[in-house]
Amino acid sequence: MSTEKENWTTVITPKNSFFRLNLKELWQYRDLIFSFVKRDITATYKQTILGPLWFFIQPIFTTIMFLIVFGNIAKIPTDGIPQVLFYMNGIILWNYFSKCLVSTSNTFVTNSAIFKKVYFSRLTMPVSNVISALVQFLIQFGLFIVILIGYKFNGANFKLSAAVFAVPLFVLQMAVLGLGLGLIITSLTTKYRDLTHLVGFAVQLWMYATPIVYPLSMVPEKWRNLYVLNPVVPILEGFKHAFFSTGMPSITEYGISVAMTVFFLVIGIFIFNMVEKNFVDTV
Amino acid sequence: MSETVIKVENISKFYQLGLINHGTLAKDLQAWWAKIRGKDDPNSRISLVNPQNSDKNTDFIYALKDVSFDVQQGEVLGIIGANGAGKSTLLKILSRVTSPTSGCIKIKGRIGSLLEVGTGFHPELTGKENIYLNGAILGMRKHEIDRKLDEIIDFSGVEKFIDTPVKRYSSGMYVRLAFAVAAHLDPEILVVDEVLAVGDADFQKKCLGKMDDVSKKEGRTVLFVSHNMAAVRQLCTRGILLRNGELVFDGGTEKTIDKYLSFTRNPNFCNHIVREENIDSKISIKELFIYKNDVLSDGSYSAGDKLTVKIKMKYQRKPNDFDYGVLIHIFKNDGTRIATSSSMLMYGKTYKTEPEVSFVLDTYTLVPGKYYVEIATHNHFKKEVFDEFKNAFCFAVEKSDVNSVGYNYGTHWNPWVLIPVQWS
Repeated sequence: MSTEKENWTTVITPKNSFFRLNLKELWQYRDLIFSFVKRDITATYKQTILGPLWFFIQPIFTTIMFLIVFGNIAKIPTDGIPQVLFYMNGIILWNYFSKCLVSTSNTFVTNSAIFKKVYFSRLTMPVSNVISALVQFLIQFGLFIVILIGYKFNGANFKLSAAVFAVPLFVLQMAVLGLGLGLIITSLTTKYRDLTHLVGFAVQLWMYATPIVYPLSMVPEKWRNLYVLNPVVPILEGFKHAFFSTGMPSITEYGISVAMTVFFLVIGIFIFNMVEKNFVDTV
Repeated sequence: MSETVIKVENISKFYQLGLINHGTLAKDLQAWWAKIRGKDDPNSRISLVNPQNSDKNTDFIYALKDVSFDVQQGEVLGIIGANGAGKSTLLKILSRVTSPTSGCIKIKGRIGSLLEVGTGFHPELTGKENIYLNGAILGMRKHEIDRKLDEIIDFSGVEKFIDTPVKRYSSGMYVRLAFAVAAHLDPEILVVDEVLAVGDADFQKKCLGKMDDVSKKEGRTVLFVSHNMAAVRQLCTRGILLRNGELVFDGGTEKTIDKYLSFTRNPNFCNHIVREENIDSKISIKELFIYKNDVLSDGSYSAGDKLTVKIKMKYQRKPNDFDYGVLIHIFKNDGTRIATSSSMLMYGKTYKTEPEVSFVLDTYTLVPGKYYVEIATHNHFKKEVFDEFKNAFCFAVEKSDVNSVGYNYGTHWNPWVLIPVQWS
């Protein structure tokens, strides 16, 4: 009898234990994550004429848009960096963040049909979203590098900094921040659907609270301390510094951003974990 | 050898009734504030008795209430019950789609569910891509799918279209492909919910065969939910019966089905039935007398007893004798029509002014079990039915002995009817 007790492979109880990170289970479903990533990438551009070219079109047109509106009409300076590179640098990393955040925050609502039918580790959905967004980011990043090299050959005046080696870390932090916030929001959407409507334009507004269309130097000195509490700001600044040596945010500023990222991730996973078992009954 | 693979202990599940909307946040905050001050939630009106038959004002409803049972390795357990009895909720909890409100389930081995086939199919992807995707969703590893790919494609019978996006599939092809993936999941425990409703007869047969294989040859455990009593009888080795969220019976398949059907049909036998309702039809059925071997019946028959029914009718205007007849249908308690007969064929029989017919049935061809009878007045040639008396009465056959050998071998195999056979 005692030996039998230890053999149960699954024990279903009303609630998840306080903080049981299902990382082991997530690992068991790694093939599923890659299937989802493959599905996202192949399905998005099926039956389109331009196919994967759409990956490039979006950042290019946004850059052109910014160039016209903010660069030439509003004449906002870019700290001596070529405008195209300045905008593009911000856009691609911001796009990655917003994609992670928005798709993660829609996890429960968009996938409720499948979640209602079959069980698999629920975390696979947001994680695969983050990975497929990463693929898109990498393609756009490649485009950015090509344009960067083009400008360099034409004698543009900027130089890389040592922070280039930290670029993967900036990208990772963006992903984690988007995922963490997204998990919190999606857990709340199971009950309060209002948040789905909120997220879409909140992300748009948020972009203007980040140094993408204007340089950090334009922010008045007295607001700066408050401004950098926005956890995205030090990451975007670091990412810009890596390619244009514009100046790294201070260790404190960056430290706060990392701490907030970790905080949101932990809270996110915790709430997600609480909600995932019973969300089917409320969505 | 037999080992408990599923242990369900006191599972309950309740659902919140009503809308979840703008009131939710306010109530949540109230509940939270009450909790902080150590008080009860002012909005909770949960009643501990089943709300279906008590307080109409409760906000919660029990879908399952204190259900406990064990399942042994290799058993095929049929879960039956009327709509809303809690079958699907039980399966959802078992397959971990949702969790119970209280109680605990312990499971040994991987559970594969066929709650709804084709979950997660993406219309833009090809058949093959969808096999991988769907397989992964159901919990298969990539190398497992690689190994079984040919078998899956073969089983589905859509190999010609395997590189076509599934959005161009016919619905039958779609379902067959989906079932093929699910059927090759090879879980230790298979949960099946009404999937047999899909596909043509041939494919259904294939599915049943596959399930039979899974349980009998490979010794896997199957949980089967269905309203199709014939399929349950054919596949299951044990049954549990749920009613209003409670487990009311746990035992042999046959007994469970009987119990279930006796809930749905009037079990009180009556040998003289007077029809109360006023039927507006040319010829209506008014009264029935049911006899066993010429005396009023007690509703139970054994080998060779004669079942006689006298039917009294009433007409609005005296019809021609050739213009109507009495039709009887005999059903097994699972709804299978066993036999039909009509008095239309008795040409020239003159009915009295109070029309009345009788029929005599030899019960020896009937397999032991419960039967019910439907009686109608009709005109076969004009395809007209004047009055239908559904569920007119039911009767039971206790034992039968067709070949008069003193022992009935036949019923062991669950045949539909018994026929007299001359051996020499």
